[in-house]
Amino acid sequence: MSLPLESQTAQAGSVGQAVKKPGQLRRLARMLLKSKTGTIGLLIVIVVVFMAVFASAIAPHDPAKTQAAQRLKPPMWMEGGSPANPLGTDNLGRDVLSRIIYGSQVSLMVGVCAVAVAGAIGVVLGLVSGYFGGIVDNLIMRTVDSFLAIPNILFMLVILTVLGPSLTTLILVLGFTNWVKYARIIRGEVLSVKERDFVRAARTVGASDGRIIFTHILPNVISSFIVVSTLSVATTIIAEASLSFLGLGIQPPTVSWGGMLSDGRQYLATSWWVATFPGVAITITVLGIMFLGDWLRDILDPRMKARAK
Amino acid sequence: MRQYLLKSILQIVPVLFLISIIVFVLVYVTGDPVSLMLSDTATDEDREILIAALGLDQPMHIQYFRFLGNMLQGDFGTSFRYDMPALPIVLERLPATFELAIAAMIVATVISIPLGILSATKRNSFLDIFVSGASVLGKAMPHFWLGIMLILLFAVEWKTLPVSGRGSWDHLILPAFTLGTGIAAEMTRLIRSSMLEILGQDYIRTARSKGLIETIVVYKHALRNSLIPVVTIMALQTSTLIGGTLITETIFSWPGMGQLIIQAVNTRDMAIVQAAVFVVAFLVIVSNILADILYRVLDPRIKYN
Repeated sequence: MSLPLESQTAQAGSVGQAVKKPGQLRRLARMLLKSKTGTIGLLIVIVVVFMAVFASAIAPHDPAKTQAAQRLKPPMWMEGGSPANPLGTDNLGRDVLSRIIYGSQVSLMVGVCAVAVAGAIGVVLGLVSGYFGGIVDNLIMRTVDSFLAIPNILFMLVILTVLGPSLTTLILVLGFTNWVKYARIIRGEVLSVKERDFVRAARTVGASDGRIIFTHILPNVISSFIVVSTLSVATTIIAEASLSFLGLGIQPPTVSWGGMLSDGRQYLATSWWVATFPGVAITITVLGIMFLGDWLRDILDPRMKARAK
Repeated sequence: MRQYLLKSILQIVPVLFLISIIVFVLVYVTGDPVSLMLSDTATDEDREILIAALGLDQPMHIQYFRFLGNMLQGDFGTSFRYDMPALPIVLERLPATFELAIAAMIVATVISIPLGILSATKRNSFLDIFVSGASVLGKAMPHFWLGIMLILLFAVEWKTLPVSGRGSWDHLILPAFTLGTGIAAEMTRLIRSSMLEILGQDYIRTARSKGLIETIVVYKHALRNSLIPVVTIMALQTSTLIGGTLITETIFSWPGMGQLIIQAVNTRDMAIVQAAVFVVAFLVIVSNILADILYRVLDPRIKYN
């Protein structure tokens, strides 16, 4: 959903444009450093992205390499552990640290792509619903209600069973079940934006509906979109882990944190580390993204902050 | 009030109708219940007969109306795994799921009300920061991992509580905590912000200035009013709660509807899945309406329109 740049700058007071100018970037960085949790969040996200991108360079071992002799070795600080496997090994002798590093790839990719799919569906339906109103609005909102009545995880389970698990299906399913919150929030924003004078002015000079929606309304709702998207990445990562844990998400040999947890569950009695560390990785990643999202909300949408307080 | 009630009940109809379409399409896309039912030795002729008997050779909309008609009579088809009508199998599992869900809500309430009040009354204190941190952590943690960690500590390491199953009170503790923690995190945050808002109101200042002791101001004047939004928002969490039981029941082998659904999904027992999705959706919709009514009963300022 790329926007012509001039349309963004045309909107005085739009927040989306503030991010683009170089001088503003420094201001943004200063604002970020002022917020402790925001800084921590950004650092965590940078580390996780770095891990995912350079996984092959920083992982000490091949994540899929099995070593029968090295089965279920404890972490290096425990008796019997060795620095070769800092976080120990799993039931097939695979290095837990390397698997966690590789697992970040799946989590981030699924998180970001699924949110893009959900965002695309939700924003379009939200814009249409809020702008046109009437029967279309009613139909879309009743569909939203029906989606809300079925717990997300149940919905995803059923679709994944039908379609069979794969990375692409997983992303599409997560996107298809999570568009609802975008549709609701964007619709609400559109309802208030469309009554503003500049929209009326555009209509008076004869701008088409499509033009009004995409060049006048969309730039004004984009900051809510960014905030919701960031926080959605966090919830999507948890959802992906849950599905992989249930065996319906990422399939071996691709490494995923949820899958690792599920494997480790069977060795809980003897080898606590196999199930523990992937969970720590998920928690820290999600925490980082949530911190970053909260900070983005505070600066991009001060009204939302006021409402949250 | 009566008119309002009638209106909200009437609104269920289109939503349930849409859900019936969603449920139908899901299974229509699955396509091939026939090959699951037939044995490997079945001939093409057997196949044709079964397809005709199930009405699968009819056009999609005809199949849908038949599905809808049966569904309205409570008939979601026969589970091939249990060889019984699907709906009673699902309903039979409900008490166990309710037990778990209610226990989780109790855990969440017991944790969040005192913590929410304390962090609101002692705003920005060390305790407040600690509670905020804990509730963020509670939201960031995947609860299936929390469940596994609780098993690791209480069942494997200290051997104080049973690993899985349903039976005595002991069995309920770990699953209820697993399911309740995330909700407690959300609730604590809500109670805190709701309390802060109420504590800034004029009538609280009046109560204080007429010399009431702080405990009465906080617990009698502020708490009651600040719980109004919390109660309704919590009632709206039914969907999250039932979604949570799916994984929690699987981890702890809790014999409820969540476990049944996961098993049905794994064995592709679509009749059970359809019936369960419908039962869940119905529960969620009804509890949303109850939440709405509750809100209006608790806060008479809200108008019915």
